[in-house]
Amino acid sequence: MDWVADFWIPVIKAVVVVVALLLGGAYMTWGERKLCARFQVRYGPNRAGPFGILQPLADAVKAIFKEEIIPSQVDRVLYVMGPGISFAAVLITFAVIPFGPAVSLFGQRVGLWIGDVSVGLLFLLAIAGLGSYGIVLGGWSSNNKYSLLGALRAAAQMISYELPLGIALLSVVLIVGSLNLNRIVEFQGGWPLIALQPLGFLLFLIAILAESNRSPFDLPETENELVSGFMTEYGGIKFALYFIAEYTAMVVNSAIVATVFLGGWKWPAFLSDLHPLVGVGLFLAKVLFVLFLFVWIRASVPRVRYDKFMRFCWKFMVPLAFANLAVTAVVVALL
Amino acid sequence: MLKDSIVGFWHILRAMGLTLRYFFSKPVTVQYPEEPVKLYPRFRGRHELRRYTEGPYEGLERCIGCALCAAYCPTQCIYVQAGENKDGVQRSPGERYAEIYEINLLRCMFCGYCEEACPTGAIVLHREFALADYSRESLLYTQEQLLQPAEPHAIILDDGQ
Repeated sequence: MDWVADFWIPVIKAVVVVVALLLGGAYMTWGERKLCARFQVRYGPNRAGPFGILQPLADAVKAIFKEEIIPSQVDRVLYVMGPGISFAAVLITFAVIPFGPAVSLFGQRVGLWIGDVSVGLLFLLAIAGLGSYGIVLGGWSSNNKYSLLGALRAAAQMISYELPLGIALLSVVLIVGSLNLNRIVEFQGGWPLIALQPLGFLLFLIAILAESNRSPFDLPETENELVSGFMTEYGGIKFALYFIAEYTAMVVNSAIVATVFLGGWKWPAFLSDLHPLVGVGLFLAKVLFVLFLFVWIRASVPRVRYDKFMRFCWKFMVPLAFANLAVTAVVVALL
Repeated sequence: MLKDSIVGFWHILRAMGLTLRYFFSKPVTVQYPEEPVKLYPRFRGRHELRRYTEGPYEGLERCIGCALCAAYCPTQCIYVQAGENKDGVQRSPGERYAEIYEINLLRCMFCGYCEEACPTGAIVLHREFALADYSRESLLYTQEQLLQPAEPHAIILDDGQ
């Protein structure tokens, strides 16, 4: 066994990516507050450090030093596990996403991804489904009616959005001919898949908004109906863990959108061919753009009613996704 | 269904365009301790007791201890006890002056009736608005405190603006 290539490089890559994701999630809370504030003609946090950039740090310190409260009526094991499951699922998701080309580093060939999984897209869908378990279990184990309703909504919502999500990705798979995310990125050297699949992109974007529990589909939380939904009974660092899981999920989901539809690090090829770091920069820029889009949508669109979201998913998105898939299949078969 | 969806999608795009326009406008927030707030000229802040600043009575207190303000006050937050001006020690132009003049700002509702009632223009609701404090006692303002003029960090807007 080659210890350097088979053990140390993956471990180092994993540590770097986890730290980067944690920072990204933490700073997404700051970024969202800042951007949302500007959409509402406010300044947002600006007291902790210049432009408030130490705000996530202050929030973390506050959350850590809060009293650890476990309500007496909860199912203790699942109650404590809930935030962990959510958070772990989010971190695992990023494992298959390539954020750059393969580079030579200290005489070693290092691919800027953690796992080159041949069924990467399938892996993404599987782990994304897992993330909902953290919410459902946390809400159920809280033994509180609001939490339970939030958990129920999370479960029902997941079933509704996963279908159009998967079908929209199927069209991509038909075009590229591979489930491997590296292959999908390599395919987009000339044109990003959004140009070939505009409808698929739109469906996928809507589904991924629901997947990250973002407004207008933040139905498991709905603070004006369910107090705080599934995390009503959570406080201190456990609440913070749920919170940062949600924001890290936003970052990861943006990375998925950027990778699958916006060309990942590859497009435009004449730029990413210059230097591997340019590719990483392109990837980051696309992720930031999608994140901005998430916040922009949150600032613009009111939350949909629960039953209307169900109706929208099942009666509109699913047929549309199937139609898109059928058209794509016919076109791919003919060419 | 399809038509509704297209119309809805168009509405969402328009909403996003609107929010984007606000995104690029300057925030309206006033960063108060650093930036001055804007006050209208007839803003009613904390009471101040005035002195004559010119003429034969220059330097004397305007208050003559008539207690009309206390009588007029809807919340009865003003307490006035008058004293006689003795020869040589003239605190106000008339016969009497306010020996004790206290306002309980916890009860005051800043209606400005005391200002209207005052025959000499001694009491005015001026511009000071930063009145938070740690104890009830400290919000019982005494005559000495009320005689101190205070100027808050504010821009006074012109009339008609």
